[in-house]
Amino acid sequence: MSHPTTLTWFAQHEFRLAWRDWLSMLTAGKPGRLRVIALAILALAAFMHFVAFSIVAKFAEIDPEPDRGTLVVITGCAVLAWSLMMSQAMESVTRAFYGRSDLDLILSSPVVARRVFAVRIATMATSTVLMAVLIAAPFINILAYRGGSQWLSAYGVVVAIGAIAAAMAVALTSALFRVIGPRRTRLAAQVVAAIVGAIFVIGLQVAAILSYGSMIPLTFLQSETVISLVPSINSLFWWPARAILGDHAALFWVCAIAAVLIAATVVIFSARFGEHALAAAGIGQGSTRQRRWVKSFRQLSSKSALRHKEWALLRRDPWLASQTLMQILYLLPPALMLWKAFGRNTDDLVLLVPVFVMAAGQLAGGLAWLAISGEDAPDLVSTAPIPARWIIRAKIEAVTGSVALIFSPFLLALAIASPRDAVVAAIGITIASVSATFIQLWFRTQAQRKHFRRRQTSSRVATFAEAFSSIAWAAAAGLAANGKWQAGIVVVIALGILVGARAVSPKR
Amino acid sequence: MNQHVALSALDIRGLCKTFDRPAVDGLDLLVRSGEFYSLLGPNGAGKTTTLRMVAGLLAPDAGSISIFGIDALNDPVAAKRIMAWISDEPMIYDKLTPYEYLEFIAGLWEIEAKEAQKRAEELMNWLGLTPYAHQRCEGFSKGMRQKVALAGALVHDPRLIILDEPLTGLDAGSARQVKNVLRERVAAGGTVIMTTHILEVAERMADRIGVIAGGRLIAEGTLAELRLKAGKGDSSLEDTFLALVAEQAQAA
Repeated sequence: MSHPTTLTWFAQHEFRLAWRDWLSMLTAGKPGRLRVIALAILALAAFMHFVAFSIVAKFAEIDPEPDRGTLVVITGCAVLAWSLMMSQAMESVTRAFYGRSDLDLILSSPVVARRVFAVRIATMATSTVLMAVLIAAPFINILAYRGGSQWLSAYGVVVAIGAIAAAMAVALTSALFRVIGPRRTRLAAQVVAAIVGAIFVIGLQVAAILSYGSMIPLTFLQSETVISLVPSINSLFWWPARAILGDHAALFWVCAIAAVLIAATVVIFSARFGEHALAAAGIGQGSTRQRRWVKSFRQLSSKSALRHKEWALLRRDPWLASQTLMQILYLLPPALMLWKAFGRNTDDLVLLVPVFVMAAGQLAGGLAWLAISGEDAPDLVSTAPIPARWIIRAKIEAVTGSVALIFSPFLLALAIASPRDAVVAAIGITIASVSATFIQLWFRTQAQRKHFRRRQTSSRVATFAEAFSSIAWAAAAGLAANGKWQAGIVVVIALGILVGARAVSPKR
Repeated sequence: MNQHVALSALDIRGLCKTFDRPAVDGLDLLVRSGEFYSLLGPNGAGKTTTLRMVAGLLAPDAGSISIFGIDALNDPVAAKRIMAWISDEPMIYDKLTPYEYLEFIAGLWEIEAKEAQKRAEELMNWLGLTPYAHQRCEGFSKGMRQKVALAGALVHDPRLIILDEPLTGLDAGSARQVKNVLRERVAAGGTVIMTTHILEVAERMADRIGVIAGGRLIAEGTLAELRLKAGKGDSSLEDTFLALVAEQAQAA
C-alpha cells in the first residue's frame, strides 16, 4: 500500500470508491446479479456492434488521402462526440461541487486539499473518457474490422477528445462560479451542459432545414456550400480527423495537446476546486423569497391541494429545468421545419411525428419520476386523510398536464399544416406519455427530488422499458403517419414491452 | 362505544410486525385522552415501527389499532383525519414556503380556508416563523424545518399528535419552543405521544411513560410507578430506564 496522503494513495481511494459505485450501479446493490449483468453487457456489446455495422460498415474503406468532404464528416462526428462528452463532464463537475459526499471530511482533515482535488479532476476526466470509449468502441471496432487496423487510432482520438472535454468542463464551471456565484452556478451549469450537449447536432439540423428542407445533418455537412467554406486540406484544423484515419503524427499532436490541457487544468484548478466546494456548501444558508404569493388561503379540496402542490413543485424544480430545456431544444428543429412548411404542402412533416412522440415519452418519464418517486414528504401525504389512489392520480394529472402544455403549440401548428399528421402525433404523444408514466408508477421507489439524476440507476429495467417504449411508440406513430401497415406490428411490440415491464415490476 | 374506548386516545392490542426478525411482538398499549405519553426504549426496540403502524405508514401483520374509538386499520381515512404525525427528519417541501406548505396541508385535511389561515398565522407567529412565511424552505435550518413541520401538524387541529424523536438535532431555543407548543396542546385537551432518547424530556413532560424492549411493552406508568417497578427508589429516569431494560435483557 502506498504512503497515506500521497497522490497514489488518493488515487487508489478514488478508484476503489468509483469501482464500488459502478458495481453497485450495475447490480442495483445486489451482488448476486453480477453474472446476469455480465451476460447482459455481453449481449448489449454484441447488439451495439450489430448497430454499428449497419451504420458505419459502408464507410470503412476510405482513400488514404481523404478529400475535404470526408474530413468534414469525420470532424463533424468528432465535434459531436466532444459536445456530448463536454456536457457529461460538466454534469460531473457540478455534482462534485454541490454533492457534499465526503467533501466535509476531506476539507476538515489535515491533508493538502489540492492533492485530493487534483486526483478528483483526473478521476472525472477518466470517467468521461471511459464512457466515451465504451460508446465509440463498437463503431471503431467495425471500422477496423472492415477497413483495416489504421482505424484503431480513433481510440486515441476519443481519449484525447474526452480529456479536452473534461479540462474545458472544469474550466468553464469554475469560470461560471467566479462570474455568477455559487447560488446561480448550479442551475446555470445544468443549462449550459444541456445546451452544449445538444447545440451542435441541433445547429446542424437547423442549417440542414434552412438550406435543404431536410432534418438530416449529414446532408448539410456534405453540401458544396460547407465544403467550400472549410479550411484547406493541409490545415491543422483537420488533425483530429487525420488522426482518426490513422495519421500517426497527427495522433501524436492531438494526444499531446490533450495531455497538456488536462495537466494544466489539474495544476490550475485543483486549488480552486476546494474553494468552490466550500462556497457551494455555503449557499444552503440562504433561501429564496417567493416573489408573488397568495395573500390568503384558497379554499382547496384534498384533490385540488394535491394538484396545486404537484404543479408548484414541478414548476420550481431546478433539475427539471435542464431536462426540459434539453427536450425543448431538440424540438427546435422540428418547430423550424413546421414554420418553413407553412403555406405549402409538404410530405416532410411526417418526419415530425416520431420526433414529437419520442420527445413526449422521454419528457413524461422524467416528470413522472419527479412527481411519483421524488416525493419529499411521503409521510405527510401518507398520513393525510385521503385514499392513496388520489395521491397517485394527482401526480399522473400533473405529469400528463405538463406534457400536454408543452406539446400543444407544436400540435396546433402541425394541425394547421397537416391535420392528419397532427392527429397521429397527438395519439402517439398521449400513449407514449401515459406508457412512460405507468412504467415509472410500476417501478416507483421512495426518493428525494434532488436525486433526480440517479433515477436511471434506481431501476435498470424501468430505464430500459421507458426508453424502448418511447422508441416503439415513436416508430409506430411514424409508420402510421406514413400509412404503413407495419405500424400494427410495432404497436404489438410496444404493448409487449409494457406487459413485460408490468410483469417484472415489484409486487405491491 | 364503551366507556373504556371513549377515554382512550390510542388503544393497541396484540400488535405484531416482523421484518427480518420480529420488530413489534404482540404489543398492547393504551394511551388516555388528554395525556402526554412518552415511549422510551433502546435502539431497535420497536418504538418507531409501532408509531408508524399507528400513523398508517406501515401495515401490521396482526393486531388492532383504535384511535378515539375509530378502527384505524378498517377506516384509516377517518383515523388520519384526527391525528398528526411528525418524524425526527422533518419532511417538508424545499420549494414551498411555510405559508404554501400550511395552505397545502389545510387543503389535504379540507379545513375551511379562513379558519385554517387564522390558525396558520397564529402558529407561525407562535413559532417565530412569520418573518420567513414567504421564503422557500430550502435554506432553512433543521430547527426551522422542524417548526414548519410542527405548524403543519397543528394547523388541522388534531386530537392526537404522534412525534418520533422530535427534538433530535434541535438547539436549546427551538427545543424549548417545541416543548412549549406540545405542553399547550395537552393543556388544551389534546393527546401527545412522543418517542425520545432524551430521558430528561420524558421525565419532565410526560404524564405516563411506556418502556418498550424487544417489541414488547416491558413497563408503564408514572415516573414514581416505574421507579417502584425497577426497585430504584429516588433514582433518575435514566437509572430506572437502564435497570428496566437490563432486567428485560436478562430475562430474554
